[in-house]
Amino acid sequence: MSEIRNLICIGCPMGCPLAVTLEDGGVSKVEGNTCKRGDAYARREVTNPTRILTTTVPVRGGTSPTVAVKTAGEVPKPLLLKCARAVKNLTAEAPVKAGQVVFKNICGTGVDLIAVKDVERGAPEAASKR
Amino acid sequence: MERCDLAIIGGGPAGLAAAVAAREAGVQDILILERDRELGGILNQCIHSGFGLHTFQEELTGPEYAGRYAAKVRALSIPYLLDTMALELSPERVVTAMNRERGLFQMQAGAVILAMGCRERARGSLNIPGYRPAGIYSAGTAQRLVNMEGYLPGKEAVILGSGDIGLIMARRMTLEGAKVHVVAELLPYSGGLKRNIVQCLDDFGIPLKLSHTVIDIQGRERVEGVTLAQVDENRRPIPGTEERYKCDTLLLSCGLIPENELSRGAGVELNPVTSGPVVDESLETSVPGVFACGNVLHVHDLVDFVSQEAEAAGKSAAGFLAGKNTRGRRSIALRAKDGVRYTVPATVDPNRMGEETIVRFRVSDVYRNPTIAVSCNGEILLRKKRMIVSPGEMEEIRLKKAQLLARPDIQEITIALEAAK
Repeated sequence: MSEIRNLICIGCPMGCPLAVTLEDGGVSKVEGNTCKRGDAYARREVTNPTRILTTTVPVRGGTSPTVAVKTAGEVPKPLLLKCARAVKNLTAEAPVKAGQVVFKNICGTGVDLIAVKDVERGAPEAASKR
Repeated sequence: MERCDLAIIGGGPAGLAAAVAAREAGVQDILILERDRELGGILNQCIHSGFGLHTFQEELTGPEYAGRYAAKVRALSIPYLLDTMALELSPERVVTAMNRERGLFQMQAGAVILAMGCRERARGSLNIPGYRPAGIYSAGTAQRLVNMEGYLPGKEAVILGSGDIGLIMARRMTLEGAKVHVVAELLPYSGGLKRNIVQCLDDFGIPLKLSHTVIDIQGRERVEGVTLAQVDENRRPIPGTEERYKCDTLLLSCGLIPENELSRGAGVELNPVTSGPVVDESLETSVPGVFACGNVLHVHDLVDFVSQEAEAAGKSAAGFLAGKNTRGRRSIALRAKDGVRYTVPATVDPNRMGEETIVRFRVSDVYRNPTIAVSCNGEILLRKKRMIVSPGEMEEIRLKKAQLLARPDIQEITIALEAAK
């Protein structure tokens, strides 16, 4: 049984339309690419697509009401929404330091969620106006 | 009146990189004026990753990229004022500014670097008919509300414009639990990066409708829906193609415009194509001692190039302050032609330039396999082949000092596209 999957390459502005042939669970052929990067992207994208998740977490007692966070590594693409939902129930306590782990092993991926910014302790300026 | 050697207006990526470069080039007395509550500018709300691949050879989020430059500014003890709005700049380089602590104050600067960035095109300049209910935001405003203030502006959204901020916000709203119904783009192609179309729309099954626009907005108090229609080659809606979407939010991502109110007040000459100052090879504007860099000069795609440009502006300003880099008599005009819309800089002085000068520009349409040709008096100075060029991707060529000095009689250099046959 073979299956063809169509992708658009993200390597450069060319955006080559790629046709990837899957046979017995493996990639047997990549067509449509004009360079090696396209071939590598197609193979990775159909077998194990991964993404970095970036989102925010509410902060209690900080100078800013939120802190931006990211996964320290890439997580499987099918788990993106699940991971984003898991983060929604979190709250961080100020102060938060950039690089600090906010959530360990998100959704069993083995990847930690880390802060990308410092948030100091104090009253949020914006909150006082609300 | 207070004095400072170098006043930098704007503490975003351009202002920070310019400050660091100026200090490293020997300018001691620098002051950065920033209107927001922290340094870093728009990067603070760009929490997605993809910044810094050129500068740091790694993929950073916006706050991380900004954080690295802010740390350099602090390590060099460069003074900055936050929550401080620059209100006016005079041709004599007097900066008028205000903040809550000092009220209104003026400062005479030896040199000024304009680094105010850009603004989004607002609904008022888009001519969208319909009511004016709540729920219509520029994509960047929504980005700030979600990422920095912790508010989700709506639950069901339609996005007009497929610029990168619109695409990024389609994903961001989806991750926060909102439903993004569609992204409509007036042009037959997207100005956004391919990577963003795939990872922000395709990943979440959000349709992109090219050659479509919003022809009506419904709702009196709050947006209740919008009507999209397909447009013809003259960008006019085609009757019979209307589709109604129920939604509570409309985000607009329809282009960025350099923010040059201060420059205009100082009498700085602006280029109508870029809406940014006309600058020479030293990034000096028509007002001596006033330099410009980053998105206030022309809108960039990548922050890495903003930093690079800002470093050049910082060095030029340092040279000007040391009396070593004043405008000379010779100036070669750079003329954009055949598919090239503009160039930054607009002129070069071969005596004043460094060993080479980077010339950046945008093209007017998508061309496959074109050649960028740089010529003067019918002689080709440089040819650069490209697989593809598009309006959404800034291009560059490098002019060599030696090549220009060897031709003492040239008045003008032409930069043009030779499209593939």
